[in-house]
Amino acid sequence: MTYAFYIASIVALLATLRVITATHAVHALLYFIVSLLAVAVIFLLMGAPFAAALEVIIYAGAIMVLFVFVMMMLNPGPRSVQREKHWLTPRTWAGPAVLVAVLAAELVFITAAGPSHTPGTAQASPAEVGRALFGPYLLGVEMASVLLLAGLVGTYHLSWHLGRRRDNERKREIGP
Amino acid sequence: MNGIPLEQGLIVAGLLFALGAAGVLIRRDVLFILLSLEIMINAAGLAFISAGAQWHQPDGQVMFVFILAVAAVEVAVGLALVLWLYHWFRTLDVDRASRMRG
Repeated sequence: MTYAFYIASIVALLATLRVITATHAVHALLYFIVSLLAVAVIFLLMGAPFAAALEVIIYAGAIMVLFVFVMMMLNPGPRSVQREKHWLTPRTWAGPAVLVAVLAAELVFITAAGPSHTPGTAQASPAEVGRALFGPYLLGVEMASVLLLAGLVGTYHLSWHLGRRRDNERKREIGP
Repeated sequence: MNGIPLEQGLIVAGLLFALGAAGVLIRRDVLFILLSLEIMINAAGLAFISAGAQWHQPDGQVMFVFILAVAAVEVAVGLALVLWLYHWFRTLDVDRASRMRG
């Protein structure tokens, strides 16, 4: 069990090191997703399957998709087609693929070892987490919801102004 | 039973946090700075989870849920600001935006 933790930690640290030294934003994003998956495996080993699922679904799923959207908006044009072709070469995805293969092998190993080797039942179960969230931490949940609302309003405000400015620029270009 | 000692989890979290902080310091591309901030938030979450695993309490995972909400808001507002930066300066270099107006 401890060895699995060491391997996942090494994968996480290597992937993170590649994130901060990558030159292309997409490469950094690939390695960051690997790092998040490695941290999710660590959570699973620590007996927090709920946190591991949240890490994969919300972090590696939703938040990274936001990054991908913004990168798509930032480099449009025919030049990006050339770049896409360049990104599909094996050199780009070989590193992340190897690291993910290590994590997948580890996951298979943990699952095959049986429930007695996963300390998943030792830590608080998702039901306990939910009870704590809506019991003593209810005020915190409300504060988080207010924070999310503030983020929503702020982002809407920023992007609304940006969209209007872009429309005006386009009109000026088309006009006399 | 829990095979992973608290110290080792905290060491990994600390190393991840240090890597994120180094990323904020050495990169000048604003997208990389945002990614490094995410690494640091993630490391904080790892520290909470390992502490929760040590004492078998749900509090660590509860704090992780809150951290997740904070990270989501930070990314949404941060990326909207990145789009503004690109709109104003036609670059993602934060050093170009080092002066304030006023």
